[in-house]
Amino acid sequence: MVAYVAQRLAGLAFVFILVSIVAFLLMHATPGGPSDEPNMPLPPAAKENILRKCGLDQPLHIQYINYMANALRGDFGYSFSSPTETVAQVIGRTWPISITLGGITVVVALGSGILLGILAAIQQNSILDYVVTFIATLGLTVPNFVIALWLILVFAVELRWLPLGGWGDDWRQIIMPMIALGLGPMGIATRYTRASLVDVFTADYIRTARAKGLAERMVVMRHAIKNALIPIITVLGPRIPDLITGTIFVETMFRVPGLGKFFVESVLDRDYPMIMALMLLIAVLWGLVYLITDLLYTVIDPRVKLT
Amino acid sequence: MSAIVSDKAVTAVDPIISRPPSNLWRDAAIRFSKNKLAMGALIVVGVLVFIGIFADVLAPQPNFARPIDARKFPGEAGYILGTDDVGRDMLKRLIHGVRTSLIVGISVQAIALVIGATLGLGAGFLGGWVDFFVMRIVELFTAIPQLLFALFLISIFGGGLFNVILAIALIGWVDICRLTRAQLFSLREKEFIEAARALGIPPFQIAWRHLLPNALTPLIIAVTLGVPTAIFTEAGLSFLGLGINEPTASLGKMVGASFAYIRVYWHMGLLPTLLIALIMLSFSFVGDGLRDALDPRLRK
Repeated sequence: MVAYVAQRLAGLAFVFILVSIVAFLLMHATPGGPSDEPNMPLPPAAKENILRKCGLDQPLHIQYINYMANALRGDFGYSFSSPTETVAQVIGRTWPISITLGGITVVVALGSGILLGILAAIQQNSILDYVVTFIATLGLTVPNFVIALWLILVFAVELRWLPLGGWGDDWRQIIMPMIALGLGPMGIATRYTRASLVDVFTADYIRTARAKGLAERMVVMRHAIKNALIPIITVLGPRIPDLITGTIFVETMFRVPGLGKFFVESVLDRDYPMIMALMLLIAVLWGLVYLITDLLYTVIDPRVKLT
Repeated sequence: MSAIVSDKAVTAVDPIISRPPSNLWRDAAIRFSKNKLAMGALIVVGVLVFIGIFADVLAPQPNFARPIDARKFPGEAGYILGTDDVGRDMLKRLIHGVRTSLIVGISVQAIALVIGATLGLGAGFLGGWVDFFVMRIVELFTAIPQLLFALFLISIFGGGLFNVILAIALIGWVDICRLTRAQLFSLREKEFIEAARALGIPPFQIAWRHLLPNALTPLIIAVTLGVPTAIFTEAGLSFLGLGINEPTASLGKMVGASFAYIRVYWHMGLLPTLLIALIMLSFSFVGDGLRDALDPRLRK
């Protein structure tokens, strides 16, 4: 186990260095800079001073090492578009919002998805089953910004039940982003719960439970669901990091000031220190979350072996 | 009892023998045609492709704009579906948006297939350091959420149809590469490849006649299911204002532009989103149907 984790962490570090080199080189290759000759004419001495002050006179690999040395200490420089804040401060401001939205969505989407899946499995081929399957398919195939727009048109513009967007001044503001974000994962949870339960219902121990006269509710709650949930967790685990970082469209649509919206704004503003820092941060978090989900499998299902 | 069964079997054999020999594609076509959902979706895809190809004939001059103060609701002043934020005919914009979506979806998958299959074949067939090298690149591309990577590429190279296609293809080849490699690894060990080798068939012919056809069906499925993903990504990027540039029509961009008018001109957002949903659903159902038809082992 320890060896496995160490090996995974080493792999993670390697990929992280690779990502940083590629991102750094691509950033460097972008046209446009403070000293470009035809557009930004400067006296040679002034130009030399500026380049030296910013460390841009150094060879590229020295620049990279300097950047990474600072980055590892948490210093990513200043954001171009909000120069009063350091990059680290901006991330500290926006990231918790995305985690809050993503976290609540994970809990609600998976909870309701598993519940709907159970209902659909118990009443196979009923109207309820078809409705649930339809919603699940919709959530899985239709992009979340499309669903977001439909929600806005119906609940904010037409019915005026919910606020159009925003964050932090009304608890109802979280409802629509949560639905738009969670319908896809909910669809997956529903589908797999249904399929898995239908499978489990044919098992011998369920027949035994029914034969010994257990109430149907007990059969489902005590015997079927526990065993049906194992494959669901395997499928859903890797989706969780998606939810916590994949909020770009939804945050933009509902004006939630989280990391996803901020990343888009940084790209629109060509805010390179910010983009670079976010890429590195996300690569690390992404890798860590995958590692944690992999480790969780072994806790949930002892049959899973790590190799 | 068993005699009766075998009697029936003997009488039933005749028509089967007289039937022309079946192959994978004919079987798949028969299975696909029995799938009502997939057939319905295929018809929708056919209509969409027709619209895409003949967009210029069906909707000439999609960029022609009326004065901005003359925004129209559907049905007003002869505009069946109204006009957009700068007074252009929505119907024409939607038709050309479908064309853009299809161009992106198909070209992205074509590029992704070329990159992914080449690297996957190289890794799976040659192994060794080639495999090691390819797998490190694959790891690099999976270290970051795909959409963020596309955004990053566009932040560097800029938007526009060509760059969008390139950026999406650069994140889309990874799955195809992995799939090809995995296929080759598992097929190499199969008995029929061993048999072919034992018969003295040269390696190139083994790869071409025996490995490729068997690795092909999962690839076809992956590529088909990748088309809606690419279309979704383009729509998303354009929605954020980082995709297709004006004046080219894009459904995602129309959704993004509609936002400022959502309280009044509801049709500007609703129509393109309905169309995006239709495209995504129909392509996904065709892909699912194709998967069930080509690989009956996968079906549950």
